[in-house]
Amino acid sequence: MSHAEVSMEHVHGAVTEERPFGVSSKKLVMWLFIIADAATFGAILFAYGYVRVGSPDWTKPFEFFPTILNGIVMTIVLLTSSLTMMGAVRAASAGRPTAIRWLGATILLGTAFVVLHLREWSLMIREGWSPSRNPLGGSPLFGATFFGITGLSLLHIVAGVIALAVVTLLYRRGRLDASYIETTGLYWHFVDLVWIFVFPLVYLLNAR
Amino acid sequence: MTSPHSSHAAPQSFWRKYVFSLDHKVIGRQYLDLSLVAVTTGMILSWLMRLHLAWPTRAIPFLGVLSPEATGGIITPEYYLSLMTMHGTIMVFFVLTTAPFAGFGNFILPIQIGAEDMAFPHFNMMSFWVTFVAFIVLVSAFFVPEGPPLAGWTAYAPLSAVGKDSGPGEGWGQTLWVISIAIFCIGQLIGSLNFIATTLDLRTKGMTLARMPYSTWAWFITSVIGLIAFSVLFPACILLLLDRVAGTSFFIPAGLVISDRLQPHSGGSPLLWQHLFWFFGHPEVYIAILPGFGIVSHILPAVTRKPLLGPRVLIACMIAIGFLSYTVWGHHMFMSGMNPLSATLFSVPTLIITIPAAIATLLWIGTLYGSKLRFNTPALFCLGFISVFVSGGLSGFFLAQPAIDSYLHGTYFVVGHFHFVMGVAAMFAIFAGLYFWFPKMFGRMMNETLGKWHFILTFIGVYCIFMPMHYLGLAGNVRRYSTFTVDYMKGSIPLHRFITVAALFTGAAQLIFFYNLFRSRFRGEIAPANPWQATSLEWTTSSPPPHDNFGGHHPVVYHGPNEYGVAGREGDYIMQTSPEPEPVAAAS
Repeated sequence: MSHAEVSMEHVHGAVTEERPFGVSSKKLVMWLFIIADAATFGAILFAYGYVRVGSPDWTKPFEFFPTILNGIVMTIVLLTSSLTMMGAVRAASAGRPTAIRWLGATILLGTAFVVLHLREWSLMIREGWSPSRNPLGGSPLFGATFFGITGLSLLHIVAGVIALAVVTLLYRRGRLDASYIETTGLYWHFVDLVWIFVFPLVYLLNAR
Repeated sequence: MTSPHSSHAAPQSFWRKYVFSLDHKVIGRQYLDLSLVAVTTGMILSWLMRLHLAWPTRAIPFLGVLSPEATGGIITPEYYLSLMTMHGTIMVFFVLTTAPFAGFGNFILPIQIGAEDMAFPHFNMMSFWVTFVAFIVLVSAFFVPEGPPLAGWTAYAPLSAVGKDSGPGEGWGQTLWVISIAIFCIGQLIGSLNFIATTLDLRTKGMTLARMPYSTWAWFITSVIGLIAFSVLFPACILLLLDRVAGTSFFIPAGLVISDRLQPHSGGSPLLWQHLFWFFGHPEVYIAILPGFGIVSHILPAVTRKPLLGPRVLIACMIAIGFLSYTVWGHHMFMSGMNPLSATLFSVPTLIITIPAAIATLLWIGTLYGSKLRFNTPALFCLGFISVFVSGGLSGFFLAQPAIDSYLHGTYFVVGHFHFVMGVAAMFAIFAGLYFWFPKMFGRMMNETLGKWHFILTFIGVYCIFMPMHYLGLAGNVRRYSTFTVDYMKGSIPLHRFITVAALFTGAAQLIFFYNLFRSRFRGEIAPANPWQATSLEWTTSSPPPHDNFGGHHPVVYHGPNEYGVAGREGDYIMQTSPEPEPVAAAS
């Protein structure tokens, strides 16, 4: 309980209570959305664990080269994009024009991640993987969970890249202020964090 | 703390004013209108089921014309399941979630905290229209070939996952069901975000968390529950949809033969669906009933003219219920083949959650004790709420124990239990809220005499419907059976007929309500600003409130909502906006 509220209880004055957590509504809603989205990813990762434990014929198809190496590169790309996002938020809140460049770098890294991911998908599809088919003859749920989880994550990243592009454009034209970059940044760090869960659980655990 | 971003100019055109409105009051009424349509549909479906249960061989007039699935007006077992699925889905999602939470919450919450509108009016409009689309998608299942789905409102896999082979309605009907519920989740997510942000950020000067009315507290806690619950149901629906359309087998085990056909799936687990569904499904029970807690706690002080007993304890109880609601989902799965040890594990929090619920009930009864109760319609429905909540809650103790549940599971005992505690209790809270807030919403009073008749007949009716169901369940009547004409269950037919008559009687009593609702809307007595001498902010503004709720100024709050029965002054209550100091001790 804040100090202001305690004193108010005594004088019965009409004191404005401080904003909880001291953030704007926009930022609060982004945090709440992140909590909800974390529950969504939590549920789908729970489902993955559930069927994985329940399948004696689970396949571990990934080799260090090319899949895991590709995953490491993707992880580095995404982590770097979080770094450039931080640069963008700092520059924007200080009013420096470099914010646009930082944002551009983030969008570029995000796009690189999407391209690397789609390339990997297409290689797997060419090998015969699909949501309902396992070319190695094990549980078909490998493809279902792999494409389901990475698909949801990829969808979030694509949405993030689009959101970043829109915010950058409107920020450059002066239609949006720095707070929007901060809020979008929150989302971007969140999808980055999701990947930090997805990479070990879906890739490393399924490495041969 | 009213931020300027919440205000917007009053719209002029018909479309912006009544259809795609940003005004939380219009959106709240849209939600209530939607649930009125939904509840009528759901009630008609329940009549069809009841008529069939009582007179299984007799044709229902016109039914054969309306739905080709019921040839000649005779309901087949499959069609019975379709009716039941649609009844459950419509009632749970589009009535019990929509009306008390989204409907009243939208209309009343911003006014109760002194805000001009919700924090994000566009989100608010979007959440209603998304919900509306979800309803249309669901109802369209009636019109596709082979009709609506038959997997129940819980859509248990693998029945819901394998498609056409598992029965009529499991093709397109079930797909539409899954899509509808996924869309509904999105609407609820947006709505919950908005409710939480509004409650935390748009409170007017002096409206501290401790001074918020209990109904606002309840909506706030409900939206926190809904935020997580619907976020888990959403991916569950997506996975089910993938099983149906993309050939995955998350919920379908290997070697499953349905309709003499080996299903081309392997590796999945039907129990996984139950875990994901009930992780949402049990909190959903509290999403339906907690706004009822809030509405009753808000109305009781105004009709007893006493401060609510233990207001902070009540809020603590609601928070405890919200938290515990996430730990009990497994009690729906005692008989699912889950490890019996985990049944015990889920039984314990299920029994613990009754403690805050019981404390809340005792607080209401303690508030009623020794009061000079004003016997108006909202008060009667509050009493009815407490009565059916206790009646339904008591049978929950039996079902919470795995050993007893193994006998009662899947019988009419369960049907009686959840209709009382979740369905009827929440309906009574909706009625209490509607009779209480109708003057504020439409500027006219509802007719008291008709309201009292409505209450008395409904109260008798629901007890006649759902009390006998407990005995049917004990006697071994299984739920979801369309007829009881064989062997040992034959003897239950007379009781089923009694229940059917009671259901038709209760339905007829709702005609009084509908008449009262529409007549009062246009011909009712003009309502004053504060017809119930209540203290909270919604009663400080005109009935109905102007577009910006308080006519250009922001109210300032000096008191909690609980200043009733104050001695030694004109009127026995202090408005929240009244600057006078609080009395040292309220009159007992």
